[in-house]
Amino acid sequence: MIEVDHLSKYFGPVPAVLDVSFRVEKGEIVGFLGPNGAGKTTTIRMLNGFFPPTSGSARIHGLDVFDRSLEVRKRLGYLPENVPLYKEMRTDAYLNFVADVKGVPRRRRQAEVDRVTERCGLEQVRKQFAGRLSKGFQQRVGIAQAILNDPDILILDEPTIGLDPKQIIEIRELVKSFAGHKTVILSSHILPEVSMTCQRVVIINEGRIVAEDTPEGLAGKDASKVALQVKGPQADVLARLQVLPGVARASVDGEPTGRTCRYVVEMEQDKDVRDAIAESIVGGGWSLLEMRTIRPTLEDVFIRLVTEETP
Amino acid sequence: MRNFYAILRRELYAYFSSPIAYAVMTIFLVLSGYFFYSAFAYFSMLSMQAMRMRWAGGINVTDMVLNPTFSNMSVIMLLMMPLLTMRLFSEEKKEGTLELLLSYPIRETELLMGKFVACLVVFFAMLALTWLYPVLIWLYAKPDFGPIFTGYLGLFLMGAAFIALGLLVSSLTENQIVSAAVTFGAILMFWLIGWSEAFAGPSLGKVLSHLSLLGHFEKFAKGLIDTRDVIYYVDFSILFLFMTMRSLESKRWRG
Repeated sequence: MIEVDHLSKYFGPVPAVLDVSFRVEKGEIVGFLGPNGAGKTTTIRMLNGFFPPTSGSARIHGLDVFDRSLEVRKRLGYLPENVPLYKEMRTDAYLNFVADVKGVPRRRRQAEVDRVTERCGLEQVRKQFAGRLSKGFQQRVGIAQAILNDPDILILDEPTIGLDPKQIIEIRELVKSFAGHKTVILSSHILPEVSMTCQRVVIINEGRIVAEDTPEGLAGKDASKVALQVKGPQADVLARLQVLPGVARASVDGEPTGRTCRYVVEMEQDKDVRDAIAESIVGGGWSLLEMRTIRPTLEDVFIRLVTEETP
Repeated sequence: MRNFYAILRRELYAYFSSPIAYAVMTIFLVLSGYFFYSAFAYFSMLSMQAMRMRWAGGINVTDMVLNPTFSNMSVIMLLMMPLLTMRLFSEEKKEGTLELLLSYPIRETELLMGKFVACLVVFFAMLALTWLYPVLIWLYAKPDFGPIFTGYLGLFLMGAAFIALGLLVSSLTENQIVSAAVTFGAILMFWLIGWSEAFAGPSLGKVLSHLSLLGHFEKFAKGLIDTRDVIYYVDFSILFLFMTMRSLESKRWRG
């Protein structure tokens, strides 16, 4: 369990983190979301005791991360943003070294290294130098060192940055598999990333928390939009869509190709009228070629939150 | 203690898996070997002359070969030790590995001593290889092993002091070149500070000559273990290790 209580950090006169408070319950995966420079890494560095907060406090399992740093660090796995590895060490030797300093008993060490090697899919690079590994494998070695000695708190700073889509999915699956038995904080600046892996999201901007909600809750607060592709006369279709109850606005999206045209329909708050839209188009004798919900991106949610903040 | 060994092993691995240890050791051995050879060759020439002229007083192999070799080795150490210590913290700071290392349950003392002892081991190995020179002499002459042992003890203590100073500088910068340059400058300053004795006035002059890294080595080279000299080098090392410790801990209280 992680409790962050009115945490602030100043670098000289510049505030990097201002009055941040949140809680992460046991077994929960929480996304820490914000643009670059929002204060994510600063908050994370205070959590693992790298530097002290200017004011406020943070506790992990009820232990102050600063006063009881050594005990906290025993139960914490950390993956820094750019995955610093000892480039001149082979994966196996590196993981053995980490197991050693993390206090894995000697007779269990090889078994523990084998466990994380298998868990993170590192079998084929055991004898390779960390500096020569691809970015994806380096990231996995980073996660492997974090989960060595089975800590119950994991703090992962941008674990999927710089990876290709296949690797992103693999890492995501790995993180998801921790749900329920490990408490995870995962920082990211990509909303879909977080919404796919996390049960709860904390959004931070300019050092302050601007929102805290489930991914669905965050996305749902935005007026939902539906994208359509309909074969039929453009003016008639648009007129029909605009008068539907529950539709806030309908507009044409791009140039029509032949008789087919794209539309964007904005629904009113908390209303789902997708079935009514489908019925009315089919009822009008036109063909509905495509209907797709447009998910709000981080930018949408973010811009809304920031503009809400400043009245 | 376990963490200390883990850090020690990793540091030794880092020294010997990179060219640093080999390069520094090779150059140290080449230079000290050359100085030893010239001192030895000059000595054998003098002994030949002495034999021919039936004049035997005043020359002996310890004073004329090993003593100057020790002095020369201490000068080469002055140039080489900053290259051994420069990477210890600077590299980890630059690469970001220090951040990860400090997130493990490990004490600063264990980290510091692991690195200090690792560097000391490399230095000791380097020094041990030069035992070839006394052994070579022993094959042809009868050197006095007393001053040889004390000379090596002096060199070792002096080297430990250099390493402690280098560690402090390395913990202050993430640039290895800056680390080496500042360490070299600081050692040289402590080396030459005794020279000011001549014009610094009687009381200050005494203090300055006591501070000199070089001044405390002279008696060791002559075969004398003076506790004042031993304590000077040990204190010097402890002081700089302590300051490095403070510098490492400072991140915990510096706002």
